[in-house]
Amino acid sequence: MSQQIIAKVEEKYLKAEKPEFEIGDTVDVHTRILEGDKERIQIFTGVVIARSGSGTREMFTVRRIVQGEGVERKFPLHSPRIAKIEVKRHGVVRRAKLYYLRDRVGKATRLKERRVKGEE
Amino acid sequence: MAIGILGRKVGMTQIYDESGKVIPVTVIQAGPCHVLQLKTLERDGYEAVQLGYLDKPRRLASRSERGHVASKMDSKRARSRAAAGVEAPPKAGCEPKRFIRELRGSIEGYEVGQEVTVGVFENVKAVDVTATSKGRGYSGAMRRHNFKGQRASHGVKKVHRHVGGTGSSAFPSRTFKGLRMAGQYGNARCTIRNLQIAGVDVENQLLLVRGGVPGPNGGFVVVRETNKLG
Repeated sequence: MSQQIIAKVEEKYLKAEKPEFEIGDTVDVHTRILEGDKERIQIFTGVVIARSGSGTREMFTVRRIVQGEGVERKFPLHSPRIAKIEVKRHGVVRRAKLYYLRDRVGKATRLKERRVKGEE
Repeated sequence: MAIGILGRKVGMTQIYDESGKVIPVTVIQAGPCHVLQLKTLERDGYEAVQLGYLDKPRRLASRSERGHVASKMDSKRARSRAAAGVEAPPKAGCEPKRFIRELRGSIEGYEVGQEVTVGVFENVKAVDVTATSKGRGYSGAMRRHNFKGQRASHGVKKVHRHVGGTGSSAFPSRTFKGLRMAGQYGNARCTIRNLQIAGVDVENQLLLVRGGVPGPNGGFVVVRETNKLG
């Protein structure tokens, strides 16, 4: 019962259209950033390596390599500050969490591209 | 007028404000409550509103619990009181209640039998929430009082999680009262004050308060308008 009540509370804070992407996808995350009273969009590009939580608490982790250093950012999926999530490329993966990418460097971090029917 | 309600903790979640900031909230299923009794200065020496939350099945309610809410319950004493011309106090005329608590404060605007809903918090900014905290049993000083314990090495033997010294020497040659030590932790009445209200949902009888509330999910809570100023 309590889970239903919590779902009811969260309902109106969820995005009407849940952004669609999968683990292993390379995505552009467009985040709204407030600078003083100006708003601009910042883009973070990387591979989705994990998703966690449910309802308004759902989060996803994006990993990229910046100047030879691995950088991970965790975003709340339903945050109004996430303007858009663009899928650039699908990857072939066999697990839900790609934490093994953290131990890899260089060429080994690449994921094979997955061709999706109906696209292109 | 005392503003408050009884309810049950549902659990925690998070919501977003207009600027997109995350607000951690506790969901409380609050009310509807019935006013069971009004305590008055003349009769009881203080003013308070007695509220009841959730119906108790009649088979579980004692006769006195039923008599507390039932308007007409025949008994020998009631008959003799009526014969003597004593007027019976007003009753709520509802089912016996499971969770009954008093709210101290002015009884203005309340009457016995009235229904109190979560709508009373519409113009309230912050609340105090009282509940029984989760019981943690007999706990050591590290868990109960956040003591540091002792070192892992440098000659410490088998007392790594113990309290250190508890007093001085020949003077005062005793341990002061109230010194923090191991003991029962939790399962005690606990009030968190000045929790901001994040939302009132009259339709679903829900109250959202910013931050945590004592007790387990499903535990009974008393929510009152905060007595903290400013």
